[in-house]
Amino acid sequence: MFLDVEPRLKALMLRAQAGDGPAWREVLTVLNARLTLYFTRRLGADHVSEVEDLVQETLLAVHRRRMTYDVTQPFTAWAYAIGRYKLIDFWRRRGVRRHVPLDDVAETLWVDAEPSGEINTDLDRLLGGLPARQEQLVRGVRIEGLSLAEAGERLGMTEGAAKVSLHRALKALMAKVAPRGD
Amino acid sequence: METEKLIDALSTDLPPAQAGQVPRGIVGVAVAGGLVALALVIWWLGLRTDLMDAMHGPMLWIKATYAAVLALGGYLALERLSRPAGTGRVGVLLAGAILLVLLAAGTLQLMATVPGARMDLWMGNSAQRCPVYILLLALPILAGTLLTLRRFAPTRLAMAGGAAGLFAGGVAATAYGLHCPETSVAFVATWYSLGVALSTGLGAVLGPWVLRWR
Repeated sequence: MFLDVEPRLKALMLRAQAGDGPAWREVLTVLNARLTLYFTRRLGADHVSEVEDLVQETLLAVHRRRMTYDVTQPFTAWAYAIGRYKLIDFWRRRGVRRHVPLDDVAETLWVDAEPSGEINTDLDRLLGGLPARQEQLVRGVRIEGLSLAEAGERLGMTEGAAKVSLHRALKALMAKVAPRGD
Repeated sequence: METEKLIDALSTDLPPAQAGQVPRGIVGVAVAGGLVALALVIWWLGLRTDLMDAMHGPMLWIKATYAAVLALGGYLALERLSRPAGTGRVGVLLAGAILLVLLAAGTLQLMATVPGARMDLWMGNSAQRCPVYILLLALPILAGTLLTLRRFAPTRLAMAGGAAGLFAGGVAATAYGLHCPETSVAFVATWYSLGVALSTGLGAVLGPWVLRWR
C-alpha cells in the first residue's frame, strides 16, 4: 500500500533535481510530515515547541545541500541521514550528549509509515469501519503523508471538502477508541 | 503554517541542481593542493639531485604509485562521505589493501637482506624527517579539503575528516617522492605510511570540530 515510498520519492527527487518546482514541493511536503513525526518522537515532551524550528532547519539543509544527493543511492536513506544529523546537532547545541540510535530497520523516518502485522490488522479494522472516502482520506493524509489538497484530489474533492471530511473521520475514530463509560 | 510558506518559497523558481559538484570540488582541491605541495617540494625541500637517473629505476615509480593509490582511496572515500549516509568503504578498503601489499613487500625485502644491513635498509637516511615532511606538505591540502567538505553534507564527521587526511597525505606523499632519495620498499612501507597515517589521524580528530554544518 505505501511500501512504494522510495520509488515514488526518488522519481520526484529526480524531477526536482532537473528544476521541477512542483515535484520539489511534493518532496518537501512529504518530508515535512515525516520529520515532524520523527522529531516529535525523538525530542520528547520537553522540546515539543522546538519541533517545527528543527523541521524547518532540516528542510532548509535538504534544500541547500540537495546537490549531494547521488541518483544511484536511495533517496530515503539520504533524507533520513540529514534528519538524524540535524537531531544530533540539536542535542549538541544544547550541550547534551545523547545517543541517537542509528536504526538499520529501513530508516525510522519512513518505517513508522508502514505499520506491520498486528498493528496493521488493528488499523485496517479501525479504518474499515469508516465510509470508504473517509478511510482513504485518513490513510492519505495521516499515514502516507500527503497534503490535504493531494489526498482530496485523488478522491475528486476540493481541499476544503477534504478538510471537513477528514475532521469528521478523525472524530468518528476518536469516539470509537475512547474508553466507554466516562 | 510557517513551514508551508517555507516550502512554497523553496520550491518556487527552483534552479536545476548542479550534478557532479561533489567530485568536481574534490578534484579541484586535489589539483590546487597537488600544485602547492609540488611548489613546496621544488622551492623548499628541493628535488632529489638524481631525479633524471631515478626515473629509469623502479623505486621512484613504486613510491609514486603507492602514494597515488592512497590518495585515490582517500578520494573515493571522500566522494561518498561528503554525502549524507555515505560510508566510503571502497576507498578505505583500497587504501588498506595497498598498505598491506607494501608492508608484505617491505617485510620480504628485509628478510632477504643480511641481518647486519637490515637496520640501514629500513631506516635509510631520513626516517625521522620523512613522516614529518609528508605531514607538513599535507597540511595545506587538508585545510583546503576540509573547507571544501563544509559545502557538502557529511554526516560521519570523524570518518569524513579521516578520509580528507588520507587524501591530503596521499597527494603530499606523491609530491614528496620527488624529493626523497630513499631506495628501499621497507622504508616507503613504513615511513611514508606513517606520514600519511599522521595526516589521516589529524583529519579524523579535526573532522567533528571543523566539518559541522548547519
